[in-house]
Amino acid sequence: MDENTLKITCIECPLGCEMTVEVSGGGTEGAGRGDTGKGREIRVSGNRCARGKKYAVQEVVDPRRVLTTTVFVEGGMRPLLPVMSSGAIPRGMVMDCIREISKIKVKAPVNYGDVIVKNVCGTGVDIVASRSMVRK
Amino acid sequence: MKADVVVVGGGPAGLAAALKASEHADVVILERGSEPGGILPQCIHNGFGNFVFNKMMAGPEYAQHFIDRVNESGIDVKLETSVIEVRADKGKKVVAASPSGMLEMEAKSVVLAMGCRERSRAQILLPGTRPAGIYTAGTAQRLINIDGVMPGRRVVILGSGDVGLIMARRFTLEGAEVEGVYEIMPKPGGLTRNIVQCLDDYNIPLHLSHTVVDIKGRERVEGVTVAEVDGSMHPVKGTERFIPCDTLVLAVGLIPENELTRRAGIDIDGRTGGAYVDEHMETSVPGIFACGNVVHVHDLVDDVTVSSEIAGEYAGRHASGKNEKPGIKKGIKVVAGENVRYVVPQFLRHMDMEKLTFYLRVGEEKENVTVTVSCDGKVIFEKRERMVKPPEMVKVNVPASVIPEAEEGLRVDVAVNTEGKNG
Repeated sequence: MDENTLKITCIECPLGCEMTVEVSGGGTEGAGRGDTGKGREIRVSGNRCARGKKYAVQEVVDPRRVLTTTVFVEGGMRPLLPVMSSGAIPRGMVMDCIREISKIKVKAPVNYGDVIVKNVCGTGVDIVASRSMVRK
Repeated sequence: MKADVVVVGGGPAGLAAALKASEHADVVILERGSEPGGILPQCIHNGFGNFVFNKMMAGPEYAQHFIDRVNESGIDVKLETSVIEVRADKGKKVVAASPSGMLEMEAKSVVLAMGCRERSRAQILLPGTRPAGIYTAGTAQRLINIDGVMPGRRVVILGSGDVGLIMARRFTLEGAEVEGVYEIMPKPGGLTRNIVQCLDDYNIPLHLSHTVVDIKGRERVEGVTVAEVDGSMHPVKGTERFIPCDTLVLAVGLIPENELTRRAGIDIDGRTGGAYVDEHMETSVPGIFACGNVVHVHDLVDDVTVSSEIAGEYAGRHASGKNEKPGIKKGIKVVAGENVRYVVPQFLRHMDMEKLTFYLRVGEEKENVTVTVSCDGKVIFEKRERMVKPPEMVKVNVPASVIPEAEEGLRVDVAVNTEGKNG
């Protein structure tokens, strides 16, 4: 496959259209790192509706994912606290963020929604507690 | 001990039912685990709450919302209390083993919310040795997300149900290598969004029409042999491939957990594996209700919440004597028609609700379909769908006004047509 052609499966509805996205000018190297790639021309085919096209363009320009994982918690009723990103982060930064979060240790009690990591890896997104954790 | 409503199980179904029932009566929840929430505390991924809360939440977050409300409501939650028997004859009794000894509760209404279990290795007759390193996806999920233990480093996943896909991503994020996901069927078992976000994002290959034909290893899994299967799901000779790995994860289906239901003499639908229920989620035994995955396996917890609230509402009303309108004796059967594997509720007995929601699962993937509800051959409601797939449950909201006033022998069909109307 051409380096500037991407296959994307739409997740907007159960149809799951197999879309082909052709990118000219600017390439796709920056994709996933928040590079909005000005000057690119993006052509989408295989989509059956406007929502699919929008999703495909977003996936090429700046694909983002909500990140969920756990951190160690001291003195809690469980050894781990589930956490999630308060918004979507660039897909290409998921592993960087995971590594950063894995170093964290918190102390119980924790309340649902407490910020565990502020502005993780400079994404502008916080990592927050997905649940409350009382002391053992 | 006496209670108006006893809820068996403190997962999402039990919590939602208990909260609703508590608006009418005193409620006790019996939960065998050490905290409420059921499976949600270990489902740390997001994707919950899209319909009920209008936002994407993580599993623990979704559970927290209901746990907080239950704690504020004064509902009695008995933890580490395992129900061993539900008796339906001569009043309703629930017998449980609790930390303070045997507990016998007399209830006016009982809500069964025991959820489901994962299919195990024995249930799919997987050949090979019996070493350590073979886990169901849910067990692996619990080990990683609750206990903080990695089950292995190089993983093969059999089955492409949602829990399996979610675990493929989870293992990868925790530093393990997922060699691939193998699915015996020609189509994936999980939701499309999980294929994309859990496999495609991490370049984990999905091998359709493949299965595990052998497991090697004495103490610990050393590897598995996979092979392609033909149309009748038999392994094709010559396609075998050995994969060195230390862990095999099984995501091969869920089964409603109905041992208590069966022993209580409640009628079970062979297609769903759960109790037959009417539109109030009441079983064949008056005063005993069932909701959530114990009735049929859902894709989304949001649907569990909505139907469990119905069960709780009517269990509470039953206990407080507010169910004035007596049910229709025989009930109106809801029959699964063309390309429909099952429909819930399976019968209508009350006809006192404004809107009826039918949940159905199709047999085959089809495009541009019309879901029709018909009565005596006459279509009374229809809804178009662009695409139906077996892994994605179909929901149909039917205004009760279109259903003719109940008569004996009345029949409601829910059939998926394939006539090419463009949706």
